[in-house]
Amino acid sequence: MSMKSTAIMIVGVGGQGTLLTSRILGHVAVSSGLDAKVSEVHGMSQRGGSVVTYVKMGEKIHSPLIEKGEADVLLCFEQLEALRWIDYAKKDARIIINDQQIDPMPVILGATKYPENIIPKISAEYGNVTVVPALRMAKECGNMKAVNVVMLGVLARQTEFGKEIWLDAIRQNVKPQFVEMNLKAFEAGYAH
Amino acid sequence: MKKLLLGNEAIARGVYEAGATVSSAYPGTPSTEISEYLATYPEIDAEWAPNEKVALEVAIGASYGGARSACAMKHVGLNVAADPLFTAAYTGVNGGLVIFVADDPGMHSSQNEQDTRLVAKAAKIPVLEPADSEECLSYTKEAFKLSEQFDTPVIVRLTTRVAHSQGLVEVGERETYERKPYVKDPGKYVMMPAMAQKRHVIVEKHFTEMAVLAETTIFNRIEAADSDIGVITSGISHQYAKEAFGEVNYLKIGLVHPLPTELIRTFAASVKTLYVIEELEPFIEDHCVRIGVHVAGKAMLPIIGEYSARLLRERIFGDTWEKQNTLTETAPGRPPVMCAGCPHRGLFFILKKLKLTVTGDIGCYTLASLPPLETLDTCVCMGASIGVSHGMEKAMGKDAMRKTVAVIGDSTFMHSGITGLINVVYNKGTSTTIILDNSITGMTGHQENPTTGRTLKGEKTKQVDLVKLCQAIGIDRVRVVDPFNLEETEKAVREEIAAEEPSVIITQRPCALLKTATFKGQLKINKEKCRNCKACKRIGCPAIVDRGDHMEMNIALCVGCHLCKNLCKFDAMEKVGE
Repeated sequence: MSMKSTAIMIVGVGGQGTLLTSRILGHVAVSSGLDAKVSEVHGMSQRGGSVVTYVKMGEKIHSPLIEKGEADVLLCFEQLEALRWIDYAKKDARIIINDQQIDPMPVILGATKYPENIIPKISAEYGNVTVVPALRMAKECGNMKAVNVVMLGVLARQTEFGKEIWLDAIRQNVKPQFVEMNLKAFEAGYAH
Repeated sequence: MKKLLLGNEAIARGVYEAGATVSSAYPGTPSTEISEYLATYPEIDAEWAPNEKVALEVAIGASYGGARSACAMKHVGLNVAADPLFTAAYTGVNGGLVIFVADDPGMHSSQNEQDTRLVAKAAKIPVLEPADSEECLSYTKEAFKLSEQFDTPVIVRLTTRVAHSQGLVEVGERETYERKPYVKDPGKYVMMPAMAQKRHVIVEKHFTEMAVLAETTIFNRIEAADSDIGVITSGISHQYAKEAFGEVNYLKIGLVHPLPTELIRTFAASVKTLYVIEELEPFIEDHCVRIGVHVAGKAMLPIIGEYSARLLRERIFGDTWEKQNTLTETAPGRPPVMCAGCPHRGLFFILKKLKLTVTGDIGCYTLASLPPLETLDTCVCMGASIGVSHGMEKAMGKDAMRKTVAVIGDSTFMHSGITGLINVVYNKGTSTTIILDNSITGMTGHQENPTTGRTLKGEKTKQVDLVKLCQAIGIDRVRVVDPFNLEETEKAVREEIAAEEPSVIITQRPCALLKTATFKGQLKINKEKCRNCKACKRIGCPAIVDRGDHMEMNIALCVGCHLCKNLCKFDAMEKVGE
């Protein structure tokens, strides 16, 4: 299958499940016959730090990294992280933002304020922004931790890959006891 | 069939396919998953060792015993394993021995940015460097053959972006490798001067032969194009160069030590402009200079940090990047923090309150150096906390120890803290060491260690008794406290630092992310009772948020450790649902 290279950045906070999301995305690309590279972050930054993973897919991928102005998709699990990584989006990138706010330590300590109106500011600059109340949707599916798969569902709806490929990728990358809940979360995102 | 595999996962697959049966390692980002994946193969006896030196010695022993064996560590782990490494180069191997060393350019999770190629050069060990997951698997299999062919351990050098990127890999079948018989051979395996003098000659001979191999090996390949530009690269730099330079001539080096000479000269002669693209030290570049080949490299590219395709375009072609939006607001930083419910938090709160000098170590608790706890004074390397505090006592006198403690995690204490503690006793020190026993190796993502009672494969095993161990080496004052009990912890710290003899406090409570961690139930802040005194904020819990005019509990994060409840004088912390 020939296809233009696509660069997807997933940004969030350590513990939000960016790693699993990137693995599912990589799986979707490969089962569609594409080359793919998925760059992960392990170790220290997983402890509540800012976390970014890269997924690149296309005919042949060399560097696993995505750089400023190169992302076709910016999948943001948290508002402040959307602001932090916004320069990485192409001008016409699909930007999908979970409207959740997680305060970083400098804000918790009162040393600085959480920036206001992040979503309107980004929407004023970029034409293709989708806002998702993913935390609420995940809760409705029975697990707050399913934010990542809700977001994946939203993205899936905006791509050319068939839905069955996504469902299959989830089944193969999620622990058996969590498959049902994650499929539900995916459907919720897909219907958004 | 091609599968998407993490670099580290592909390494493990390669070890499996090569027919290896033994592996030993100590966890360290970005190398940890190699062992975790190895442990999933029933055919491989995979172990966590207490440190990298022991791990390498085990792998060396397995090799002498005729098995193909593997050993994995991060770059700084190779320093710990340097002693066996340098002499294993002399003894050589029986079954193939491959050491996987993961460097961390950019220091995503490390205390320094050293380049393993230079250590390998000093140790006279050949080095292979894969550039993606596919090469992780194929190079690993070839590394075992190379090891046996030249009677030497082989290092496979990884960097973070290779170890922690997934790429497509063609997986194969496991080779049937028949264990070689062990034959007593003191001339080869006993490195006393008379034997070592003979072995060194053999090492040099093998290295000369490998340098010849480097000229023709499939690891070093030319990708020719219709261009007068040539680029010499290896590892992940090759991927960045391919994106930045496009269709030019490449000499991709896979065997980075020893390097080819004639191949480089021939390649250089075929192009007008020659670049060397390599992260960290000018290893290939220095070799080019030595053999009289002029290259452009570190004069325009940094020694510090990671590369990327953009960095190459900017530094080499002068490309610039224009910001595509008018957003000028800086996003507040989001440094990693101790998790909500972390057992370390209570201890560091007390250490800060007592205004102690705290010599630190490597682990999650190193995060105590960041606001608001800001408690650590030093952090050098694994196990250093105890030696450093003892050195301070020698320099500053006994009185300094009445205001000083060393802090070290359970796994780090097993790794290299025990010898430091023996030294304190032996040399009549009076320092206090606090062992933070959270029942797991935390920072690298939950690995078992000799204090946890489980092996890498999850099997039950004997558990080191920390109290008895400390007593056995001569510590008469050993006590165990619960770090969530602030009163008890403060009392213990005050009493032990006051004592003019060596002492150990073991703070025992499982990591908040372990299934065995128990909590009392989530808390909320009663706005009627809260006087906004902000006392609860001092513990630096990510669940407690300062909203200026009031404090707020983030229910999504609170696990119910109730540490904050101890600090609230107004009884405003209430259990959710009560």
